[in-house]
Amino acid sequence: MSLSLLIILPLITAVALLLCNGLKPVRVVALTGAVVQLLYSFYVLLMYHNQRVFDGTPMLLQENHVWFAPLNIHYHVGVDGISMAMIMLTAFVTVAGILVSWKIEKLSKEFFFLLTLLSMGAYGFFISLDLFTLFFFLEIAVIPKFLLIGIWGSGRKEYSAMKLALMLMGGSALVFVGLAGLYFSTQTAGGEHTFNMLQIAQLRIPPETQLIFFPFAFVGFGIFTALFPFHTWVPDGHSSAPTAASMFLAGISMKLGGYGCLRVATLLMPDAAHAYSWIIILLATVAIIYGAFATMMQTDLKYINAYSSISHCGFVLLGIGMMTQTAIMGAVLQMVSHGLMTALFFAAIGMLYERTHTREVAQIGGLLKVMPFIATVFVIAGLCSLGLPGLSGFVAEVTVFMGSWENADVWYRLATILACASIVVTAVYILRAMGKVIMGPLQVEGASLQQAGALGDAGWNEKAAAGLLIIGIIAIGVAPFWLTELIKQ
Amino acid sequence: MALDFLLLMKQELLITVIIFTLLLLKIGSDLSNAAVLNVANGLLLLNLLAGTVGNQTGALFNGMFFTSPLIVLEKNILSLGTLIVSLQSSSWLKKHEHVPEFYILLLCTLLGMYFMISAGNLLMFYVGLELSSIPLAAMANFDLAKRRSSEAAMKFILSSAFASGLLLFGISLVYGATGTLTFSEISSRLDGAPLQVFAFVLLLAGFAFKISIVPFHLWTADVYEGAPVAVTSWLSVISKGSVLFVFVSVLYTVFKPLAGAWYNMLFVLSMVTILIGNLFAIRQNNIKRFLAFSSIAQIGFILVGITGSSQPGTASVVYFVLIYVFSNLAAFGVVALVSSVTGREQVSDYKGFYKTNPVLSWVLTIALFSLAGVPPTAGFFGKFFLLMSGAGKGNYVLITVAALNMIISFYYYLRIVKAVFMDANEQPIERLAIPVYPKLAMFICVAGIIVTGLAGYVYDYIYSLSFGF
Repeated sequence: MSLSLLIILPLITAVALLLCNGLKPVRVVALTGAVVQLLYSFYVLLMYHNQRVFDGTPMLLQENHVWFAPLNIHYHVGVDGISMAMIMLTAFVTVAGILVSWKIEKLSKEFFFLLTLLSMGAYGFFISLDLFTLFFFLEIAVIPKFLLIGIWGSGRKEYSAMKLALMLMGGSALVFVGLAGLYFSTQTAGGEHTFNMLQIAQLRIPPETQLIFFPFAFVGFGIFTALFPFHTWVPDGHSSAPTAASMFLAGISMKLGGYGCLRVATLLMPDAAHAYSWIIILLATVAIIYGAFATMMQTDLKYINAYSSISHCGFVLLGIGMMTQTAIMGAVLQMVSHGLMTALFFAAIGMLYERTHTREVAQIGGLLKVMPFIATVFVIAGLCSLGLPGLSGFVAEVTVFMGSWENADVWYRLATILACASIVVTAVYILRAMGKVIMGPLQVEGASLQQAGALGDAGWNEKAAAGLLIIGIIAIGVAPFWLTELIKQ
Repeated sequence: MALDFLLLMKQELLITVIIFTLLLLKIGSDLSNAAVLNVANGLLLLNLLAGTVGNQTGALFNGMFFTSPLIVLEKNILSLGTLIVSLQSSSWLKKHEHVPEFYILLLCTLLGMYFMISAGNLLMFYVGLELSSIPLAAMANFDLAKRRSSEAAMKFILSSAFASGLLLFGISLVYGATGTLTFSEISSRLDGAPLQVFAFVLLLAGFAFKISIVPFHLWTADVYEGAPVAVTSWLSVISKGSVLFVFVSVLYTVFKPLAGAWYNMLFVLSMVTILIGNLFAIRQNNIKRFLAFSSIAQIGFILVGITGSSQPGTASVVYFVLIYVFSNLAAFGVVALVSSVTGREQVSDYKGFYKTNPVLSWVLTIALFSLAGVPPTAGFFGKFFLLMSGAGKGNYVLITVAALNMIISFYYYLRIVKAVFMDANEQPIERLAIPVYPKLAMFICVAGIIVTGLAGYVYDYIYSLSFGF
């Protein structure tokens, strides 16, 4: 039983999917693979816990094999609390995503194949300890998105798919330059350069080198996590993507960027991170406020959630930029919380859209009467998004704010206050959208009252998907110590 | 001595024997096309296998001819590419009336490349180069009834004659400056005098023509478009690959004393080549022209690798050419099949291709991803190592420009993928049956694309061989 199984299991699932024929086997194989993966993730979590008690090293369950000897590139994986949290997030969202797309009939084999491949990229990324391996998996997670959006999407799907793919490729091109710069400024005891993150962290790169390459790495990863002003792929990409792909995009894929910003850029180049922290905080605050106000203007449910994701991911970057222990803890909490919450939100929007065939807020109303389950899911996701205590969003955002406040600098405090204030705006757009869609008189554009009344509620698969994510949200919201214990270094 | 001679030159001798066998077949029997194809493919396979046994390092004819494990590997890569091209073009050749001639011309160029790679002397190198380019002009004209094909041949022969002229001028100046044509002696007599740099510039221009570095690339697109697909793929992969191998070894060994001069030249040339190749590739509607321009951009990336120091530079270039053989030939394999059955070669013809031909679509997509450098395909590793080799010199301007250009190249490769998977088409290309030989070729290519990258052993092996330089 090893950590590599986290990559091998999706790979097996993907190959098995290629061999399948017919709708039913494809669904079953995809779901089985994802569930087994979820169970295995729990097992890895258990192993991690057991080892952590007796052992003080930061990275556990390590595996290290030479991959390309001439360049000292290793296949090197291992987990700490942060990566463990991200792995659990990925496992949850993957299962939910596959359940939600149960009804996909167009090219279903290819659809599930690409979803599985995407999840493999994410798992690999989160467990990599070698920068080459990390970069490899980062790029693996880009291409499936292009195909998923372009083939199964809606609206201006080709445009959005291309925009997303090119911007993310641009991100990884910058990351590449940053990594190459890091690599050549390392010198191990044996005289070789290294990609090994643990070694680089101990080597202490010269500050002047850090100042050059930190922006490359941070902006590169930042593009993945909607760093202002490189956020423009987010609204188009999310709104054109099919439901499961939106869930993956917002739930997992944007977290690749946050994780990279934290683990690669900030932790490996701490001096540069300190020097540039005011820029990071400035951009994050702009993203938070701009995202919130931009959301107010949206009329399409998916655009609402996409823009609010920009705002929420701003909290992640804010936490990272503040550089205090608590703030970084908050950033990780926010990544997990936002991943679950936004996946749930997109799932609910997808369910609504499947039945009403519109996502315009003005065209639907009073859905609580006909589809109580979906409406409830919608409400829970919305409340989590605006930070209601008891749900995960509250815990994460409060931690970020507490951590940020530890910085005594006036400007940093101002940024914190502004970020806090944005929650009011969040409440406005969430409550307004919810009020219109869920409450009030029943209305569905293009359908008579009778037809609207006959719209069905969630099926078993949708209930299971939503239930899974809600469990995660409430668990973190009610008992955050599970997660904070895990993350704490 | 006799045994040495046989062993060291075994690949050249074997190719000569194969050429004569095919010639006798042509004269002395009336085998059907299918039978000739079987014999030719069998012989090419034999040639490939022969390259893997009994290899030694050594020199013949007073250092005129030189061989080492790396050179044998380079020859084997070319042999493999030849076999793949031959397998792919079978559906086109089957209908052609001059099959043995095609193979004779093809193998003559291959023989020329072998000699060129093994050359230890500028004269030997020049003879090999000419032997590898003149028959190519006849091959470019192999669609005898097509006007464009003749035009392509004419353009090719003229531009390659011009390039040869430049090379010869350069060689004569080198001789004037150093008093010798032997590689090992030239390098010890170079000291950076202006005449030597001028001679080098002329040689570089000659090379640049052959591998179509901007601004010497203008012949490429027209020739690629006019020539039959089999010849286009041969030109873009095997012909360029062979010249690249020589280019690398000449730069790192013969012109090592002028490294300061050529580094700056390559620095500029590589950026210009990538950028121009990319920008022109965006606008192409003919898929062969498109691949032509994209191959120009790829050459630019290879130049980035060459700017590095000798061992990683050589290793990453040879590795990338190997990957390029698989990726580009996989793409050309699909294009060749479609073109030979339907005659359609526009990018817009590939709209809706996935609905009718899922397998071919995936092969094309994997090939394009590999060309674009997307993991887990081998192209990712190839490009990564090329850029790392360049980054080793600490020139991050070059690396940043190259990395950002990956985005542009990504765009136009994805454009094809989009056409294949997403666009609707009134008249898609009909469902095509894939004959055995092309199927085998595609299988080799796809397997190569997947294995060459992920198996770290391949790069290690090439790297260890490159140490000899």
